Amino acid sequence: MSPQTDDVALSTTAERKVVVQSAGAQPDKDWVIVTRGLKREYDMGGEIVRALQGVDLAIRKNEYVAIMGPSGSGKSTLMNLIGCLDTPNGGEYWLSGQLVSTMKDDELARVRNKEIGFVFQTFNLLPRATALHNVELPLVYAGVGSAERKERAMEALTKVQLGDRAMHRPNELSGGQRQRVAIARALVNRPAILLADEPTGNLDSTTSEEIMRVFETLANTGQTVIMVTHEPDIAAHARRVVVLRDGKIASDERNQKVTSSLGL
Amino acid sequence: MPFFESVALALNTIRVQKLKSFFTLLGVMIGVMFLIAVVSIVQGMSNYVENDFAAKIIGVNTFTFRRRPNFNPNTTDDQWREFQRRPRIYAADAELVRSVLPTGNKAAIVNQNFLYASSKLSRPRQVQAIATEAAYFDIKKLVVESGRAFSAQEVGAGAKVIVIGTDVADHLFNGLDPLGREVRIGGMPYTVIGVLEKQGSVFGFSLDRQAIVPWTTPVSRLIQPKGDLQSMIVQGSSREEMQDGIENAREVMRGSRHLAPGRPDNFALETEDSALAFFDGLKRQMIVFGTALPAIGLVVGAMVIMNIMLVAVAERTREIGIRKALGARRIDILSQFLIEASTLSVVGAGIGIALGLLAAKIVSWLTPLPAAVAPWSILMALVLGAGVGIVAGVYPASRAARLDPIAALRQE
Repeated sequence: MSPQTDDVALSTTAERKVVVQSAGAQPDKDWVIVTRGLKREYDMGGEIVRALQGVDLAIRKNEYVAIMGPSGSGKSTLMNLIGCLDTPNGGEYWLSGQLVSTMKDDELARVRNKEIGFVFQTFNLLPRATALHNVELPLVYAGVGSAERKERAMEALTKVQLGDRAMHRPNELSGGQRQRVAIARALVNRPAILLADEPTGNLDSTTSEEIMRVFETLANTGQTVIMVTHEPDIAAHARRVVVLRDGKIASDERNQKVTSSLGL
Repeated sequence: MPFFESVALALNTIRVQKLKSFFTLLGVMIGVMFLIAVVSIVQGMSNYVENDFAAKIIGVNTFTFRRRPNFNPNTTDDQWREFQRRPRIYAADAELVRSVLPTGNKAAIVNQNFLYASSKLSRPRQVQAIATEAAYFDIKKLVVESGRAFSAQEVGAGAKVIVIGTDVADHLFNGLDPLGREVRIGGMPYTVIGVLEKQGSVFGFSLDRQAIVPWTTPVSRLIQPKGDLQSMIVQGSSREEMQDGIENAREVMRGSRHLAPGRPDNFALETEDSALAFFDGLKRQMIVFGTALPAIGLVVGAMVIMNIMLVAVAERTREIGIRKALGARRIDILSQFLIEASTLSVVGAGIGIALGLLAAKIVSWLTPLPAAVAPWSILMALVLGAGVGIVAGVYPASRAARLDPIAALRQE
């Protein structure tokens, strides 16, 4: 598939440079994600592991970005930080104009609820709850009333063509269907970014294509999508590819050069 | 936070894992069950004592003139020694008191004890032997079903006649008409002149095992070997008249015993109030002991629930991770597990209440102990149940709330 590069929805290297360099300044609303010198270190029994060593990343609204890198490159750490599941040791992280990097636990929970829709490799649906209820969960924590919750969850499920499976439990659904439920759940609270972590890692190639088509449609309708993957042919669906290596950004380019930058 | 969702989740857990839930809830169940049963029985007893017992055993508007009080819980050694030093009450004292009672008061000397009764037809049986006067039947509202009560003349003459309860009649004569037959009380022969109407029992103590004789006959000597009197009961026609009687009796007795003002009485004038006060004390003790056992059950129940909730938190680490990733705050996770723990324990308390009520009913069927359900005890059991759940849930729930979402999500 040849990527439909829409220049309006894709930032240029020069633009990004400007945003990333003005440290401490609140970025323009258009920039959904801005990280400046993002650092994360782990203490593994006395040995300091530097997972991220200063990542400067800027992502504008409507971009469809893949984050790639070999294992140990720090892409999971970056995803956790972008997803507000973790806090950095250094640097700043602005999400939708909010400085997230200094937030406390419960504030982060609120940000996760409002701004981020997660799609996981292992789907991470609640096994004992129906598809509908799984999709309702983010709305539950957003404090939305029961009736509106049901309505919006149903709407989201219909969007991923699962309106007829709403009352099924995850174990009654196929892998592709489960991932579509997860996508519906991620989108139900209208988040600023859809953050997918190896979304096709547990799916066969046909189903993977199906899921990638869903992402494509979402990106075309203006949803900001960030996808973490190590599979080049999955990353090839994105319009911009960020490659991490040893905790730093090795390249940040339009997707044509994905394969060559990885040396494949 | 979705309250009903957490409740539904807990109920679902119970439904799916019936056996495990049963054992989880056992502690709370047993605790609450005993609590309800004990409180119901104590409540029933106190109702009974207040409404029935006081009137039946002691009599309405009645006081008793005695050497020392009958209903006196927790007598100290000093008190006891003082009782022992008191002068005995003799017939002359009783007559002195009788002489100052307001008109309309009825009085009867009463000596009573448990003695063996026998007839030619049966083995001896222990009965409550009461040596008294003719007025006793009137004061106690005793109805003589067949035959007659003894008269004042028979008391004066020391006639060896006896009126027996139905139990005594059935045992000693086994269906034969007891009237005119001989009964031996403590070996002394008496002639049956009357049989009392059936009265039933109080606390398992049959009121139909009485044998009533004139106090002027030898049985009195068996009961009071020193020749003194045990008591005299006096009934006023109203409460005020009874009070008058008490005051008159006190005055004349203090005079007769030369008690200086300020010195305490060396005799007892006891009303049903002192009996009720005695039972109040008893009731309080029963409630204290009766709730100590359930309290242990509840503590054990709390520990089991805490344990189960810790297991649940460990089993559902991933779920907690998912919820946190989707925006659940600490308080959301905390309240979810707290609600779940309290739901579990309230369900246990509910079952315990049902079983406790059943146990109280069974006890009141099988034993003479009456049972009455106190509505406050049900409410208290439910509140206790929820409380136990919350207390037991705090630690596991706070552990769940503090979980790191990344680590929780990574858990398989």
